[in-house]
Amino acid sequence: MNNKQRSPLFHIAKRSALRWYSAWAIRGGAVLLALVVCGVITSQVTGEDPIAVYKAIFEGSFGSSRKAWVLLQNIAMLLCVSLAVTPAFRMRCWNLGAEGQALAGALAAAACMILLGPKLPNGAVILCMIVTSILAGAIWAGIPAFFKAKWNTNETLFTLMMNYVATQLVSYYCVVWESPKGSGNIGIINPNTQIGWFPSIAGQKYLLNILVVALVCVAMYVYLNYSKHGYEIAVVGESERTARYVGIKVERVIIRTMLLSGAVCGLAGLLLVGSTNHTLTPTLVEGRGFTAVMVSWLAKFNPIWMILTSFLLVFLSRGAGEIATNFGLNSSFGDILTGVILFFIIGSEFFINYEIHFRKSGEKEETSNV
Amino acid sequence: MDNKIAAVKMRNITKRFGPVLANDKVWLDIYRGEILALLGENGSGKTTLMNMLSGIYFPDEGEISIDGKEVVIRSPKDAFDLGIGMIHQHFKLVDVLTAAENIVLGLEGKLDLKAAKEKIRGICDAYGFEVDPDQKIYDMSVSQKQTVEIVKVLYRGADILILDEPTAVLTPQETDKLFAVLRNMRDDGKAVVIITHKMHEVEALSDRVAILRHGQFIGDMPTRDTNAQEMTNMMVGHAVTLNIDRPEPVDPKPRIEVKNLTVRSIDGILKLEDVSFTANSGEILGIAGISGCGQKELLEAIAGLQPVESGSIQYIEDDGSREELIGKNPLSIAEMGVSLSFVPEDRLGMGLVANMDLSDNMMLRSFRKGRSIFTDRKTPRQLALDVVEELEVRTPSVATPVRRLSGGNVQKVLVGREIASAPTVLLTAYAVRGLDINSSYTIYDLINKQKAAGVAVLYVGEDLDVLLELADRILVLCGGKVSGIVPGRGAKKRDVGLMMTKIGGKTDE
Repeated sequence: MNNKQRSPLFHIAKRSALRWYSAWAIRGGAVLLALVVCGVITSQVTGEDPIAVYKAIFEGSFGSSRKAWVLLQNIAMLLCVSLAVTPAFRMRCWNLGAEGQALAGALAAAACMILLGPKLPNGAVILCMIVTSILAGAIWAGIPAFFKAKWNTNETLFTLMMNYVATQLVSYYCVVWESPKGSGNIGIINPNTQIGWFPSIAGQKYLLNILVVALVCVAMYVYLNYSKHGYEIAVVGESERTARYVGIKVERVIIRTMLLSGAVCGLAGLLLVGSTNHTLTPTLVEGRGFTAVMVSWLAKFNPIWMILTSFLLVFLSRGAGEIATNFGLNSSFGDILTGVILFFIIGSEFFINYEIHFRKSGEKEETSNV
Repeated sequence: MDNKIAAVKMRNITKRFGPVLANDKVWLDIYRGEILALLGENGSGKTTLMNMLSGIYFPDEGEISIDGKEVVIRSPKDAFDLGIGMIHQHFKLVDVLTAAENIVLGLEGKLDLKAAKEKIRGICDAYGFEVDPDQKIYDMSVSQKQTVEIVKVLYRGADILILDEPTAVLTPQETDKLFAVLRNMRDDGKAVVIITHKMHEVEALSDRVAILRHGQFIGDMPTRDTNAQEMTNMMVGHAVTLNIDRPEPVDPKPRIEVKNLTVRSIDGILKLEDVSFTANSGEILGIAGISGCGQKELLEAIAGLQPVESGSIQYIEDDGSREELIGKNPLSIAEMGVSLSFVPEDRLGMGLVANMDLSDNMMLRSFRKGRSIFTDRKTPRQLALDVVEELEVRTPSVATPVRRLSGGNVQKVLVGREIASAPTVLLTAYAVRGLDINSSYTIYDLINKQKAAGVAVLYVGEDLDVLLELADRILVLCGGKVSGIVPGRGAKKRDVGLMMTKIGGKTDE
């Protein structure tokens, strides 16, 4: 008979729900596989011992107690921005403006430190910083939200553009408030009086940020999963028509959620200026507003899982930096490794959602015998 | 007929979706010169089976042979090459193109529209279709679009045709026309398979019926040797009574009064024009009409979801006091103390959230209750459990996303939630669309219980036979206007059908 007619080699079918441990076994397997591939690439391309490279990646994060604290601080800040975008994402509203919203918050905090520092007592300055920076972040997100709710503008483009406005605004004020004159930089603000500097807890400079973000993380989890607002966000995200059908005011939910999103971004900016950096630069947020998108997505918008995904991304980027310095490799090599690992992690989602049926051996003969 | 070689032989066809066995070792023969009706409840695997024949799914196990030759169908293109064409429930046409352009779309070879139109006219003449090859799709009625889909399949040389619930969107007159065409095709020696739920259509049209239940092949037989009762029993697996109750309304009082209602869509198209009627408590007011004649807008206007141009919609309390509903949204209507339930046409896109589980969907109506900022999850969960038990919803648990449920079970969840709030007005749009016999009767029963409880029911339906059996009065819409209101008892299907296509229903004959 017709020998050319054969079953396809494999076909793809959608899986039913996978048990959570099988799903995480697949993800873990993907990470392991990624490390093996990275090792092969490293030894083939650079001739370095892959084990030494892995060691360097690990040491980049845990090499010393200072490095470990920096790691935790970076995780906290990335997590904070990721938590900020998550309510909007759950509403299927793609807030890509976290960078600008955090910068707006940082600008407000720095303004308080510089302008009010000499006039008000320390406590009052810090209070002003908290209020204005959270407000500034909220406003920066509220503008695109208002336009989306009123005229259904595209929030992705709008928030993205707001990033550039925020960056330019900060650049401008960096010149206005430059110190020393002519440097074009703000430098450390109030280096002597330390007005507006947040206190360090137990002698650890970064502990305050970590605790605040941990608190936000738990609060966000509860808000999204157990509050009426969280439920409204989920309904609006899944189907606006259903939301209107049960009488949810969709416009109000959009604006409210974006304000919250921006407010938490503003908080991130506040922590960066008040607690960690004590200065303001246009690159203060270091692209976390965009990395946060990945953190949030990888964790399926679950604040608790986001601790893990933000750890993973910070760990990888610090490891990449360490390789670059230790082995004298171009820092791009670290990025290549990060890229490979992310490729495997994101790719593993396919195998979680779908299964592949291979043609059974022997089927070929059966078909051709008829 | 028995000694003929089967056009299609399906043997031991098995298809799994995860743990769900959609088809379990199904055998099916399809012959040329015969119309086969494929019967089965929702989720019994009819569409899955036909999708494997038309190359959309690939079977996990089993063999298919065409004219005695074993074949492997890997894609819709393979199916077309074998002369198999399927007309799906949802049309796959490009709106801005003409009929002819849609028909030749995707075909290989040089584009010669003139020759194509000639061929299309040939096909139309041969079988009695009425298609203008130059008409744009967006200018067409649903029935015309369906005709284009059928011609498209024939144009590509299909001689095995599969139609998935083709009459769901047609008026009785259009259905008759379609059946005439299908009979012509059968007489021309083509094999026709029709998937349907409507028993009288099976009896009127088909030569043979094949019945599936829970993914298994139950049996097939010539249509003339069986009857609706026997077929239904085979589909369901036990005896079912096929009568819809229609108790006399008890103490009907005006509940909703609509006066001179005019509604325009966002694009400024007139959807309802000067519509006036009264809906009484304890009564089912059936609303008939070709789909898209303003039924959706009418219900949504009452529910506070559709902006209104002019007119009034008044809710009348038992004591005779009146409340205007126009200008209110669903929330403010509820806050006025008007208990209005709405089962919309689009169940998963509007009535329910597809990705949420049963309890969370129950919560849609109740989540605002209480002063706490947190949601109460226990009450909706209990409601979900009650609905599952009382309405016999087939679901693994109340924590299953509703999108995984079959159509009938989705509808039970929606109706269950809507009647749980003890409404005084119940609006339903196509409450049994796509539902199998068993589920449909469950829904009719629920609606009748609401009527007995004194609820004013507005029932938008598409199956005229059901409307004539269920409704106390029937309001017929035609192009957004009221074509007439007739009593349900004693109304003639032909008369109502005419009123659907022409205001007043009078013909010149």
